[in-house]
Amino acid sequence: MSLLGKLSLQAIPHDPITLGGAVSMVVGVIGIMAALTYFKKWKWLWREWLTSVDPKKIGVMYIAVATVMLLRGIGDALLMRGQQAVSVGASHGYLNSDHFQQIFSAHGTIMIFFVAMGFMFGLINLIVPLQIGNRDVAFPFLNAASFWLFASGMVLINLSLMVGEFSAAGWLAYPPLSELKYSPGVGVDYWIWALQIGGVGSLLSGVNFLVTILKMRAPGMTLMKMPVFLWSVLGAMVLVIFAFPILTATLALLFLDRSLGMHFFTSDFGGNPMMYVNLIWAWGHPEVYILILPAFGIFSEVVPTFSRKRLFGYTSMVWAIWAIVFLSFIVWLHHFFTMGAGADVNAFFGIMTMIISIPTGVKVFNWLFTMYRGRISFTTPMLWFLGFVCTFTIGGMAGVLMALPPADFQLHNSLFLVAHFHTMIVGGVLFGYFAGVSYWFPKVFGFKLNEPLGKIAFWFWTIGFAVAFIPLYILGLMGATRRLDHYDASMGWQWLFIIAAVGVALVFVGISFQILQLIVSIVQRKHNLDTTGDAWGGRTLEWATTSPPPLYNFAVIPEVHERDAFWEMKHSKTAAKKPIYEDIEMPKNTPLAMYIAACAFIFGFATIWHILWLAVLGLLGVITCIIIRVSDDNTEYVITAAELQKMDEAAKA
Amino acid sequence: MNKNTTVQEIHTQEHEGSLIAYTIGFILSIGLTLIAYFIVVHHVLSGWGLLSVILELAVAQLIVQLVFFLHLGNRKSHWNIMAFVFMLIVLLIIVIGSIWIMKNLNYNMATPIQTDNAVQKGESAQPVL
Repeated sequence: MSLLGKLSLQAIPHDPITLGGAVSMVVGVIGIMAALTYFKKWKWLWREWLTSVDPKKIGVMYIAVATVMLLRGIGDALLMRGQQAVSVGASHGYLNSDHFQQIFSAHGTIMIFFVAMGFMFGLINLIVPLQIGNRDVAFPFLNAASFWLFASGMVLINLSLMVGEFSAAGWLAYPPLSELKYSPGVGVDYWIWALQIGGVGSLLSGVNFLVTILKMRAPGMTLMKMPVFLWSVLGAMVLVIFAFPILTATLALLFLDRSLGMHFFTSDFGGNPMMYVNLIWAWGHPEVYILILPAFGIFSEVVPTFSRKRLFGYTSMVWAIWAIVFLSFIVWLHHFFTMGAGADVNAFFGIMTMIISIPTGVKVFNWLFTMYRGRISFTTPMLWFLGFVCTFTIGGMAGVLMALPPADFQLHNSLFLVAHFHTMIVGGVLFGYFAGVSYWFPKVFGFKLNEPLGKIAFWFWTIGFAVAFIPLYILGLMGATRRLDHYDASMGWQWLFIIAAVGVALVFVGISFQILQLIVSIVQRKHNLDTTGDAWGGRTLEWATTSPPPLYNFAVIPEVHERDAFWEMKHSKTAAKKPIYEDIEMPKNTPLAMYIAACAFIFGFATIWHILWLAVLGLLGVITCIIIRVSDDNTEYVITAAELQKMDEAAKA
Repeated sequence: MNKNTTVQEIHTQEHEGSLIAYTIGFILSIGLTLIAYFIVVHHVLSGWGLLSVILELAVAQLIVQLVFFLHLGNRKSHWNIMAFVFMLIVLLIIVIGSIWIMKNLNYNMATPIQTDNAVQKGESAQPVL
C-alpha cells in the first residue's frame, strides 16, 4: 500500500459542474480568510469565538454553519429540479446520472444532519441555559467538543466535492448498493465518516442537555413549572441518547463490510441487506421526532407570547411530548412496508403510525386554543407558526394516508412520499426553527430583525414551498418515482416538474430575502435596539436578563414560583429584592475542543482514503487531547462578587 | 437544589461509592466469573443446564456491576433507575421488534427450496403461500 492510500491526483474532480462548485467553495473560504486578515480580525475570531466554551457563542456558530449548509442544500435542490424540468425525452439535461445521484444523496444528508440538526442544537445552546435560569450547561467543554465534531463532519462532507466523490447511494445508503461491490469509490466512506463524527457530537450534546435540564434548573423550577420548550428539548435529548447509538452501530457495521470484507449486509455469505434497512430506520424514525420536538417547543413559546395568553393545556402538551417520545420507537417499519413483511407486522406498525398522529394533533389544537380570544400580534415568528399549521396539517394527513399499508404499496418511493416528508421537515421543522431564530434573535444580539423583510421572506418561502411540492403530490399519484434524472415525454410529467422547479426558485428568493434581512438588520441595528431585554413581552426566564445576556447570563440566579416565571415577576406587586452578589465560577476558553475535532477529522479523512499511518496519528491525537484536558485542573476562573456587582450595575444603567 | 450548582457539585453528589463498595463489587464480579469458569472447566453441568446457569451468572454479574460500579439504585437519584428501565424497554422493543420483522420478512418471499424447485421445473419463482 502506498503512503497516500487510495489518494492521488485523480481525486480532483474533472466534471465542470462539480469543479465549479469546488472552486467557488475554495474561493469563498479564501475570501473569508483574506477579509479576516485585512480587517485584522483573526485574534478576535480566535479569542471570542473559536476557543469559546460559552453556549451562547457556540449556538451562534451552530446556526452560522447551518445557514451556510442551507445554501449548499438549496443549491443541490435547484440543480435537481432544474435537471428534472429539462431532462425529458431526447434531452438528457446537464447532469449525468452518477452526478445526479451524488447530488440527491448530498442534499438529503446535508439538510438533515447539518441544517436541521445544526439549527436545532444552535437554538438549544442559545436558549436552554437562559430558560432554566442558569449560567451554563452541565459540561461546557463537552459542549464545545460536540460543536466542533459537528463542524468536522460538515467539513468532511463538503470536502468530498473537492477531493474524490460523494456517495451516490441516497441519503441513507441502503446496501447492497452501498456495499463495496456496487460502490467501489470513496463516496460511501465519506458519507459514513461525516455522519459518524457528526453523530458522536450529537450524542454528546444529547447527554449534555439532558443533564443540564434535569440538574441545573433555577431554584423553584420544578419539572411541571418548566416552559414547554424545555420539555420538548428534554424529550428530543432522550431520543438522541437512545437512537443515535443505533446509527453509530449500523454505520460501523457497514464500514466493516466495506473495509474489512465482512458480510453483515451483503446479499451473500449469510449477510442480509434488509437488516440494515431495519436498523437504520430504528434510528431514522426517532430522528425525525428529534428534529420536530424542539420545533414544537418553539411554537409553544411563540404562540403564548404573541397571543398574550397562557399556553392552553400545558399538562396535555407535556404528556403529548412523552407519548411521542415513546411511540416514535415503535413505528419504524412504516418506512419499509413494501419490503416483504406479512399482514400482521404491517398492520401493527400501520396502526402505531396512526396513533402517533394523535398526540401531535393534541399539540396543534392546544396552540390554536391558545390563540383563541388572545390579542394576537402578527409578527414574523407568528407568521411562521401560521404557515406551519397549514403545511404541517396537510403533510400530517398525507402521512396518515400512507400509514395504511395498502396505500403505501401504491405510494412507496414515489414523489408523493418525497412531498410528504418535505412538508413535515420544511413546513414543520424548518419553519419552527425560523420562528425560533426570529423570536430569539433580539435576545442573542440585542436588536430585532427587520420585520418587513422577514415577512417578505416568509411569503416567498410559504408560497414557493406550496408551488414546489403540490406538483410533487400530484406527480407521485401519477406514478413518478423519486430520484429520476430522466423520464419519457409521453408520461406527461414535464409541466408539473417545471412548476416544481419554479417553486424551488421562489424558495431560493425567500432565502435571499432572509440574508438581505440579516444584512439590513445589522446595518440599521440602532433603530431596532432591544434595550429592555424583553423584546416581545415574553413570559419565560430568558427575557429576564439583558439583551444580549452578559457572559454569566444572570448576575443573581432567579427564583421561580410559577410556570410563566418572568411574566409573574413582571406582574407581581412585591418590589424586587436587592440583589445579593456572590462569587461565581466561569469556564475558561480553550482551543482543545477544536483540536479534538481536528484530529477526529484527520482520522476520518485518512480512514476514507485508507491512509493507515495518518488514521493512527489522528486517533492518537484525539486521545492525547482528551488526556491533556482531563488532567488540567485549572479550567475555571472566578468573578468575584464585587466585580460582578460592578458589571451588573453597569449593564443595568 | 442550591443556587450555584456547578458541575463539580453534581459530580460529588452522585459519586458516593466508597472504596469498600468498589471492593465488594470487584470481589463479587471476580467470584461470579470464576464460578462460571469452574463449572465449564470441570464439566459440572452440560447442555441446557450449563447454558442457563452461565446465563444466570452473567445476569447476576451485570446487576452487581450496575449496582456497585454505576451506582444504580442510589437512593438520591431515581433518575438513574428511570433511565435504566426506559433503556430496557427501548432495547426490548428494538431487539424483539427486529427479530419479529426479520422473521416475518420471508412472508411474501419464496423460500430458497421453493425457488430452486421452481427453477428446476422451468417455472417462474412465484411465492407459494
